[in-house]
Amino acid sequence: MSEENEETKTSNEQQEMEEAVASPEKAEEAKLKARYPNLGAKPGGSDFLMKRLQKGGQKYFDSGDYNMAKAKMKNKQLPTAPAEKTEITGGHIPTPQDLPHRKTSMVTSKLAG
Amino acid sequence: MAAPGGDMQWCFSQVKGAIDDDVAEADIISTVEFNHTGELLATGDKGGRVVIFQQEIENKSLPQFRSEYNVYSTFQSHEPEFDYLKSLEIEEKINKIRWLPQKNAAQFLLSTNDKTIKLWKISERDKRPDGYNLKEDDGRCKDPNSITSLRVPVLIPMDLMVEASPRRVFANAHTYHINSVSVNSDHETYLSADDLRINLWHLEITDRSFNIVDIKPANMEELTEVITAAEFHPHQCNTFVYSSSKGIIRLCDMRESALCDRHTKLFEEPEDPSNRSFFSEIISSISDVKFSHSGRYMMTRDYLSVKIWDLNMENRPVETYQVHEYLRSKLCSLYENDCIFDKFECCWNGNDSVVMTGSYNNFFRMFDRSQRRDVMLEASRENSKPMQVLKPRKVCAGGKRKKDEISVDSLDFNKKILHTAWHPQDNIIAVATTNNLYIFQDKIN
Repeated sequence: MSEENEETKTSNEQQEMEEAVASPEKAEEAKLKARYPNLGAKPGGSDFLMKRLQKGGQKYFDSGDYNMAKAKMKNKQLPTAPAEKTEITGGHIPTPQDLPHRKTSMVTSKLAG
Repeated sequence: MAAPGGDMQWCFSQVKGAIDDDVAEADIISTVEFNHTGELLATGDKGGRVVIFQQEIENKSLPQFRSEYNVYSTFQSHEPEFDYLKSLEIEEKINKIRWLPQKNAAQFLLSTNDKTIKLWKISERDKRPDGYNLKEDDGRCKDPNSITSLRVPVLIPMDLMVEASPRRVFANAHTYHINSVSVNSDHETYLSADDLRINLWHLEITDRSFNIVDIKPANMEELTEVITAAEFHPHQCNTFVYSSSKGIIRLCDMRESALCDRHTKLFEEPEDPSNRSFFSEIISSISDVKFSHSGRYMMTRDYLSVKIWDLNMENRPVETYQVHEYLRSKLCSLYENDCIFDKFECCWNGNDSVVMTGSYNNFFRMFDRSQRRDVMLEASRENSKPMQVLKPRKVCAGGKRKKDEISVDSLDFNKKILHTAWHPQDNIIAVATTNNLYIFQDKIN
């Protein structure tokens, strides 16, 4: 039984190699799968699209947690932000200083300069 | 205006924007659009600002006329916001600008970010009142008791002032990110499209809009397709199209039903299943759809090609043009650096004979449909001497590189031309690199 399986495996690999030569796209796909073996078969799944729908990504801030943390550490400093600002979830309670402040610069566009 | 037959040669005309390499995010150009006469050219950027240029024509009657676009007006259209309920930032980036056809002395345009569409009025003021009875010339109030005679105030000329004011704000109608707005040929309504829904608005009414397409599945885990672009037909006010991430274009007729979930026509090119790869669906995603001026054809842009569709034929495009086929053997790295998700736009020239789209390395392509010729040009500061003719560029996919060719591995994928626009009548084009706007015109021999 195992011999049969080995045979089909090599013939599949051979077929893939032939396809790769014929189509640069398939060659690129093989490259990608080699680098990321855990990659799902189809990229068009709902997870992929859902990420696209979210675009900017969510910022997490809970005013309840924040106020509790502030109350607990009345005399101490609030913990400083972690080095990478992308993931502000988990143990660290973000402060308003951590969340990047979005405000227009009110500077004229350089195209109009 | 187009040179009859022969080779069209493009010359540098102007470039707008900063020269320095250090590009501030806010300066990234996100949309470019000529108005219906081509006299005005609007740009939007990531910082939510709109800059409008006006064409000042020097001796249009002379054969060697040169058009110069100079700043006409600039204003802050959108500002960054924060949706506290969903903890989501709302970018101020201008996704699209669409001009309304001119009805009176003022100009109107729609500008949109991810969530809110605004109608802006741009008007000129070149006169001011003078000779008030109760006010001095410098504005101070006069003592009424000191007035011994009356005069009639008159309007006197003043330096031109261009004012932009928001006339309508169309908000809170989109849960997902707006990718398109399109003004209807009835000049009264317009559509706005996000990833899953399309809404119909009346330009005068801001507190209501009609949902005309909704592709959101009851269970979000069944989501397989999103809307990528939408446009009204240029002449038939009941017809619009929308494109999807699966490479499908649906044409809808609003006379059929209030909710146009069922398409009237479906345009899709059949794919050979043996050619299917991991990348197939991603590169088939349509990033832009544009009707021809005639209304007979539409053009779609996917990652590697431009396709022209005859509205009377749904099963395949009538023309396909490869924009940068040499990238097909680079899809793995383009997926890793996210470039495979870049959304290139495309545009028609005034008489629908030539189409244009952008690429990487600040290259852009033109395909002449009637002459079956195409050319690849570059927008760069190195070719920016006045009236300098642009030299065609070539990319070599592999193997021996000829002189003057660029190897595909030397392409700069950070220099992308996503937005281009063609003057509605003349051979003048606006090409946006990351933070500069180039204006080229064809050489009149």
